Amino acid sequence: MNIKKMKPTELIMHVLTWGAAILTICALIYLIGFILLKGLPYLKPSLFSLTYNSDNVSLMPALISTVFMTFLSLLIAAPLGIGAAIYLAEYVRREGRFVTFVRMMSETLAGIPSIVYGLFGMLFFVNALRWGYSLIAGAFTLSIMILPLLMRSTEEALKSVPDVWREGSFGLGAGKLRTVFKVVLPAASPGILAGIILAVGRVVGETAALIFTSGTVAQVPSSALKSARTLSVHMYVLSGEGLHMGEGYATAVVLLVVVVAINALSASLAKKIGAGDK
Amino acid sequence: MSCFDIKNLNLYYGDFQALKGINMNILKNNITAFIGPSGCGKSTLIKSLNRMNDLIENCRITGKVELFGESIYGDMDVNLLRKRVGMVFQKPNPFPMSVYDNIAFGPRTHGIKSKPQLNEIVERSLQDAAIWGELKDRLGKSALGLSGGQQQRLCVARALAVEPEVLLLDEPTSALDPISTGKIEELLLTLKNRYSIIIVTHNMQQATRISDYTAFFLLGEVIEFGPTENLFSMPVDKRTENYITGRFG
Ligand SMILES: Nc1ncnc2c1ncn2[C@@H]1O[C@H](COP(=O)(O)OP(=O)(O)OP(=O)(O)O)[C@@H](O)[C@H]1O
Ligand SMILES: [Mg+2]
Repeated sequence: MNIKKMKPTELIMHVLTWGAAILTICALIYLIGFILLKGLPYLKPSLFSLTYNSDNVSLMPALISTVFMTFLSLLIAAPLGIGAAIYLAEYVRREGRFVTFVRMMSETLAGIPSIVYGLFGMLFFVNALRWGYSLIAGAFTLSIMILPLLMRSTEEALKSVPDVWREGSFGLGAGKLRTVFKVVLPAASPGILAGIILAVGRVVGETAALIFTSGTVAQVPSSALKSARTLSVHMYVLSGEGLHMGEGYATAVVLLVVVVAINALSASLAKKIGAGDK
Repeated sequence: MSCFDIKNLNLYYGDFQALKGINMNILKNNITAFIGPSGCGKSTLIKSLNRMNDLIENCRITGKVELFGESIYGDMDVNLLRKRVGMVFQKPNPFPMSVYDNIAFGPRTHGIKSKPQLNEIVERSLQDAAIWGELKDRLGKSALGLSGGQQQRLCVARALAVEPEVLLLDEPTSALDPISTGKIEELLLTLKNRYSIIIVTHNMQQATRISDYTAFFLLGEVIEFGPTENLFSMPVDKRTENYITGRFG
């Protein structure tokens, strides 16, 4: 493009958009550089010992709790979310009143700030059900939080499966159940998986909803009814205490690696879906 | 002997009447072609023969369709009906699975699990669809990687694998090149000894090449139905004549 030949308004737009892009990239680089610079020096082996004490400030229990938390939340939310999406996409009239209603509900749920989920989780799971601050209370709270996301992505994945495959299956005398489970779901599975990975990202990054539900105990929980902190909560607590800022940044580095890995996974899956569309 | 006996069939999509008082007797072991301008109800009629219209909301049907004397809109199990009346669609629609699994899908649906038996069905169906030679070394490969013509013959094979009595084809060659079209036509001619075939086509040469009987539709009605030779050489109805001589759109 020849800058000299541009009209002044075009030139201004050009500079503005270019500047915005540069600014975004700079902010990102600054953020990551800052975390790495502050965190990397503290990334010591002792940070990965199995038990936490105030000397080693180990993040290992939090890492393990994060894995537990992720699995538990998914175990609760995935069957529900995927099941509900199958029902909405395959069994009821598309764009019917019921579907519109449920979709509106789930979109509303998706827009609620996570602290509200935390409060609800505390009142209901922690207090009313008397589970106390526990892994399971946190997992139930998070599963409600990621339910709309899972439902939405699964529904989209199912809707992107061409109807001609359903027709082909029915045309061979297959019933609804067989068509859904043997033809539609396998074809939609990359999209569903991508949704699950997004949900994992939400769980890994969540703090507000967890502080009031699964608590902040820094050890590996011995049961699902014990309190535990995930990496994000761990980081939040460390920076709140202000005594171990370096270790806090080191935790951020680990969290960053986890998030980048999850994103890479979802990107490669998205690519696969795109390839399957041809 | 008639395979389908259609008696005073009316079909409505909501308020719109797409088929008006259809009466037809479709003969066994023959190829019957449905021709007519776009939107005249050919697909609608062919889909009401294996009740694919059940899938469409607010589609209402009156009248009677009998398959070898049995009413298909009565107590008949719709999945069993579709096993007996196979269908090949306008656009090739192989499942996103291997060639083998595509063919085995139907038999598995109807309870066949034994591996040797499935192997035999896959080979026989592909052979019947004249595509065994091309595909026997790629049974494990995805069916989506095949050419359009191969995909369509695979779909014919997939339909044959459940051993239907009737084969319905809705413009099976409209998306294919002339060579693939020729192969499908040849294939249908070899199949008619064992199956009753009903084919929708926009291509009048195709109808004359392969069909024994032809029905001409206009605005949801059968205008003329008879032996293909008669219909094309001396049409009784003026509208049929106009259509086959190309004076209709
Ligand atoms: N699902 C539907 N809902 C409402 N109307 C429909 C539906 N399917 C078809 N129709 C209408 O019914 C009439 C017959 O359609 P049909 O698809 O049977 O025509 P066709 O003869 O197969 O045409 P073509 O040659 O273009 O395939 C058309 O007017 C069409 O608009
Ligand atoms: Mg049609």
